[in-house]
Amino acid sequence: MFKLLEGPQTLGRGKIFWSCFLAVLAGALTYPLFADSYDVGNFAYFLIWIFMALGLCLMWGYGGMLSFGQTLFFGIAGYGYGVLAINMGGGTATIAALALSVVLAMVAAGILGYFMIWGGINGIFFGIVTLSATLVLAFFLGQTAGPEWHIGPARLNGFNGMKGMDPLAVGDFYIEGSALYYVMIALIVIVYLALRMLVNSGIGNVIVATRENPQRAEMLGYDVRKYQLLTFVIGSGLAGLSGALYTSWGQFITPSSIGLPAAAMPIVWVAFSGRSDLTATLVGSFLLLFGFQTITVYSQQAALVLMGALLLATVMLAPQGFVLGIGKLAADWWSGRRRRDDSPVMAEAGRLQSEES
Amino acid sequence: MSLVEVKGVSKRFGGLTAVSDVDLTVNAGEVHCLIGPNGAGKSTLFKLIVGLYPPSQGSILFDTVDITKERPYARVQRGMSIKMQAPSVFKELPVRQNIQIALQERLSGAERIAEEDRLLTLLNLGPDSDKLAGALSHGQQQWLEIGMALALKPQLLLLDEPTAGMSPEETFKTGELIKSFNAEGMTVLVVEHDMAFVRQVAQRVTVLHLGKIFARGDLESILQDAKVAEIYLGKTHAH
Repeated sequence: MFKLLEGPQTLGRGKIFWSCFLAVLAGALTYPLFADSYDVGNFAYFLIWIFMALGLCLMWGYGGMLSFGQTLFFGIAGYGYGVLAINMGGGTATIAALALSVVLAMVAAGILGYFMIWGGINGIFFGIVTLSATLVLAFFLGQTAGPEWHIGPARLNGFNGMKGMDPLAVGDFYIEGSALYYVMIALIVIVYLALRMLVNSGIGNVIVATRENPQRAEMLGYDVRKYQLLTFVIGSGLAGLSGALYTSWGQFITPSSIGLPAAAMPIVWVAFSGRSDLTATLVGSFLLLFGFQTITVYSQQAALVLMGALLLATVMLAPQGFVLGIGKLAADWWSGRRRRDDSPVMAEAGRLQSEES
Repeated sequence: MSLVEVKGVSKRFGGLTAVSDVDLTVNAGEVHCLIGPNGAGKSTLFKLIVGLYPPSQGSILFDTVDITKERPYARVQRGMSIKMQAPSVFKELPVRQNIQIALQERLSGAERIAEEDRLLTLLNLGPDSDKLAGALSHGQQQWLEIGMALALKPQLLLLDEPTAGMSPEETFKTGELIKSFNAEGMTVLVVEHDMAFVRQVAQRVTVLHLGKIFARGDLESILQDAKVAEIYLGKTHAH
């Protein structure tokens, strides 16, 4: 099974890659030991969004489905966590609220995805329909300011947002600060490795085959609609995980975390990073979130303009993504150097040839 | 025993009737060629059999089961395998991965790798197995698609103009390959323009003209049919 961690669908293989992976993981695990608690909390916040980016990478980069609906499922699970945590009470029940809210997002994705995929919606129309659904939810939640909009004691509260839910907790122990940071690291490692195994498996082969040529994939006996739905549900479920963790982290959620500017962000992260590779998306999204947050401290408008500029630069200069491009260049340089080292006769011949010329 | 039965099938696109009340039987174990001049409705009939078009009227049976309303993937799962007219491969994936995707439902592990190697060697694609399929020549892409169709080990192999864009040598080799698979019991239905290729492989031939069955029979009788020569070559050449 672990053989699937490497394969044609993922960049990075061999001892050097996994040594780097372990070194980064070790750095991440020791970071709270020497950083102040404010920075650790900020890092935990950046990591919340990585799941949404990885989900979009799976759908768009591997499955060829550009979904503008990541914040739709983010919102469903985020509000779902709030409603469930308030109604079920705090403590360990919040863990169940987290799991159930992710399931809720996946069920919603299953229903929306079924009608879109079985209805033959694909290409740009897939993006249009998911964006429309996202805007409808954001608009609806903005209209829920009145006291009649509540589920049990949980009030939706319109544009002011829902608040009052407990953070994640086990018994009396609240998972906040460093504890939340370590939960994030563990979840990211699990999700990242599981997605690597998925895309390098037989199912992953069919997912990329469907992206490349759905008719050919069907002519090989695959019901491509089921694979597309599976991809959409997993990708949207990961957005849901981000949403539930976000609500738990800040103990609030507002419709603005679903609306158009928020919906565009995952597209920018994944496009800039390199949508066709999970590692590029993981690294690139983290760097962008870190940069965005740093600039936002001084000017939120400047940060948004920078995001727009990065998207334009990506489309014009590196359509496959900047981080992926740099990663491929590094891999080519490294394999070229190894080939030269492995064949001294060839290297010598090359040297002599250039001297002669 | 018939493997495919097309019963009274018609296909209309608005006011145009591309295929009209066609009956066609493909017997198990034969190489059956579907020929006819341009616009005869051959490719439309092919797409009706593989499930890309729903018929306006009539029914299609595969191994005595009515498959008229089934989608292409379900027909493939029943034992059909399809190669379309234009090369239809996964261009951004390596050649070996194309074959692997076709094989993975049937074989796994070392068995699958051995079969990948065998097919790549058979198709002369061994040295190019790590190349992206889109980097292959047109003829090589045709070969790769035939290999993907063969990888399913089908009961019925459906080929729509399999030699389009191939050199005479490649065309001849494709014919020999089809004959060798037919000798092992595979039924083959081919839509083809190239009469030299039809002569090489066909056991029975059906001629379509203006969407209707014009003639059918064994290869010799079709080749000697003056009316068939007339619709193919024009009256002057036929007489």
